Amino acid sequence: MRNSLQLDDQGRLRHFLCIEGLNYPLLTDILDTAESFAGVTEQSVKKVPLLRGKTIVNLFFEASTRTRTTFELAAKRLSADVLNINITQSSTVKGETLLDTLRNLEAMHIDMFVVRHADSGAAHFIASHVAPHVSVINAGDGRHAHPTQALLDMFTIRRVKGADFGRLRVAIVGDVLHSRVARSQIHALNLLNTGDIRIVAPRTLVPAHADALGVHVYHDLEAGIEGADVIIMLRLQRERMQGALLPSEHEYYELFGVTEEKLAAAGPDVTIMHPGPINRGVEMDSEVADGPRSVILEQVTHGIAVRMAVMSMAMHRREEARA
Amino acid sequence: MSNIDNITGLLDSMADELRQLLKQAGCDNPAMVGIHTGGVWIAEQLHRKLGLSEPLGSLDISFYRDDFTRIGMNPVVRPSQLPFSIDDRHIILVDDVLHTGRTIRAAMNELFDYGRPASILLATLVERDGRELPIQANVVGVHVRLSSTQHIKLLGPQPLTLEINETS
Repeated sequence: MRNSLQLDDQGRLRHFLCIEGLNYPLLTDILDTAESFAGVTEQSVKKVPLLRGKTIVNLFFEASTRTRTTFELAAKRLSADVLNINITQSSTVKGETLLDTLRNLEAMHIDMFVVRHADSGAAHFIASHVAPHVSVINAGDGRHAHPTQALLDMFTIRRVKGADFGRLRVAIVGDVLHSRVARSQIHALNLLNTGDIRIVAPRTLVPAHADALGVHVYHDLEAGIEGADVIIMLRLQRERMQGALLPSEHEYYELFGVTEEKLAAAGPDVTIMHPGPINRGVEMDSEVADGPRSVILEQVTHGIAVRMAVMSMAMHRREEARA
Repeated sequence: MSNIDNITGLLDSMADELRQLLKQAGCDNPAMVGIHTGGVWIAEQLHRKLGLSEPLGSLDISFYRDDFTRIGMNPVVRPSQLPFSIDDRHIILVDDVLHTGRTIRAAMNELFDYGRPASILLATLVERDGRELPIQANVVGVHVRLSSTQHIKLLGPQPLTLEINETS
């Protein structure tokens, strides 16, 4: 069902909701297209006229700075008009239903919705109710998926380590339980045939049946990052935690916080990633976050090119359908 | 149409014509821009023959094409490189084949995003029929008459050859 919702009958992007349902050629096609847009964003004139005349709405039901800003910049660099709507302080507070909000925005002839919501499945719900010419991009839904973040991480790994994921050991460290980023990353890494995918976390922060995702689970940091080529840190999501999952942030840092000292266990050329925002002194030491092996800021830059690729690909299929 | 086999000869006469045109128009210090991919190959040759001092610029106009939505995404789009200021500059725009004129329209749009050139001269190796826009080249290597089912394509970069194909 997901498959048919986000792809058209020729297997091209219609919406972009999650990594599941994509295939290897489409995923690499998106990454290649993003590579082209990365060239554009490095030019002195950073704008191309691809989506001129289109209107894109950033529909954010949940706070975000980095994701919203990079989506906005991506849309602007494609020459689209962008509207940012922060629903937490808008009509749903007055009792309007999600569908009514949607219908009202559609009446304004919107071409694309970029949706972030605290509930898993929100983007799917919206995608299944929009008019046929409207595309929906998932910018994070609950604990379910954050597919553009996963793509920009794959883009970053590919740039640093090359396109052969088969020889890579990738360790995802931290709060996997609450992380939509981790779920999308694991699906993307699997799709790219990554040699060894590991998750490293305290027992309380690993989802049940994690092995079914095709990953190796570790509860000891140094064992989990041994020989790793890439370490992806996750933010500790205090706001989503219910109950006593962790004794204290300090104890978490002692056991799972990445420091230069502990990094000795990883491969010599290990690359450090984090989707942000970083809790310094909780997930990692500042020395690691700001060190030469960190590509955390490159990830942010790549986010723009990847989002330009996804937006233009989803939108152009629609254009063709209309012509 | 045997002269399409002598590309070196065509390039020599194009360079001569360009030299004269630039002299007549009093364009000193022009800058040359090739359109990816074939136009860059032709521009590299002309740039050397004319001994221009500015480095060669290149444009990939994929993101500017009006039929982009119909031909779909071309995943390999190289960044455009214009290593000089466009403002008040005499620009020699170079492409391999002038056909509908849409590529040239897109290239000029992209150039104007970078600045306001003093003038643009268009040089193409091949000029064929089938124009859909009011665009003409100032310097042409060879004029060919082809039916709408025939396509002419530049292969290269080493060696440069022109190939005519029939499509159904």
